[in-house]
Amino acid sequence: MLHPASRWFILNRMVQYSSVLLDASFAAVSDATRRGVLERLGRADASITDLAERFHMTITGMRKHVGVLEQAGLVTTEKVGRVRTCKLGPRRLDEETAWIERYRLLWASRFDELDKIVEELKRREILDERHK
Amino acid sequence: MNATSETQTTPAKHRTTTERTSDRELVVRRTFDAPARMVFEAWTKPELFRRWWVPKSLGVSLHSCELDARTGGTYRLVFGDDASTQMEFFGRYIDVTPHSRIVWTNDEGGEGGAITTVTFEEKGGQTLLVIHDLYPSKEAADEGSGSLDGMPETLEQLDELLVTVAAGERS
Repeated sequence: MLHPASRWFILNRMVQYSSVLLDASFAAVSDATRRGVLERLGRADASITDLAERFHMTITGMRKHVGVLEQAGLVTTEKVGRVRTCKLGPRRLDEETAWIERYRLLWASRFDELDKIVEELKRREILDERHK
Repeated sequence: MNATSETQTTPAKHRTTTERTSDRELVVRRTFDAPARMVFEAWTKPELFRRWWVPKSLGVSLHSCELDARTGGTYRLVFGDDASTQMEFFGRYIDVTPHSRIVWTNDEGGEGGAITTVTFEEKGGQTLLVIHDLYPSKEAADEGSGSLDGMPETLEQLDELLVTVAAGERS
């Protein structure tokens, strides 16, 4: 169990860390071929050669696309003998929306408290006016 | 967790929105039912600021809060009461324009810290607050993330923490 201050620190670091992962993910899925590869791997694992054939491109070209997906954590690859097999990675795009929602919740929670403070300031000002 | 973001208990409550405007920028928006000078006051006076910056539901104590909210001034927030686990956040106010704009640096992480700009826009007695975080570069943000290992466990703890925050928001 972490000390609350550490959790707070992690939350702040998470915002930074997640930005980096998000950058990679957004870049990864901005390309139609890469979205196609994700969809394909969602049905079954495939080798780079299989994917290159299916998407009508060279093995070098496909290797680059898979590299981008791999960096974003969306795909993992494993080389067995001469064949490199690709499968969906540990991360899912759901995480991206979940992250921004976490960030929003933190601010929303702060702002609810801030609402109370400005209400108090308003009441105080009205009272001060009356006393003049 | 996904459906809760739309749930608002009172119709008068304003919605907080977050948006990634580029790979280096994050923007948060929220309207307040008060003139800009009051919202600004809550951001610049330590005795007010410390009452809302750390929502109670987070279960974290703010040990000290020093804000010298003037252009060129500095700030320092210390979390936790136990010296061995305390965490500090500090930086410098680059620009403080009363009732309209506050810009500060986030220096606790070294070079990779974002520049935060908060603007207060008053319209018909309400204030639109916009918080804009700008990272110096994608590389700086990458470097800042290097120390985070053991992600799954961390994520789980973070989720627990934010479920509490979400519950607090709905109550």
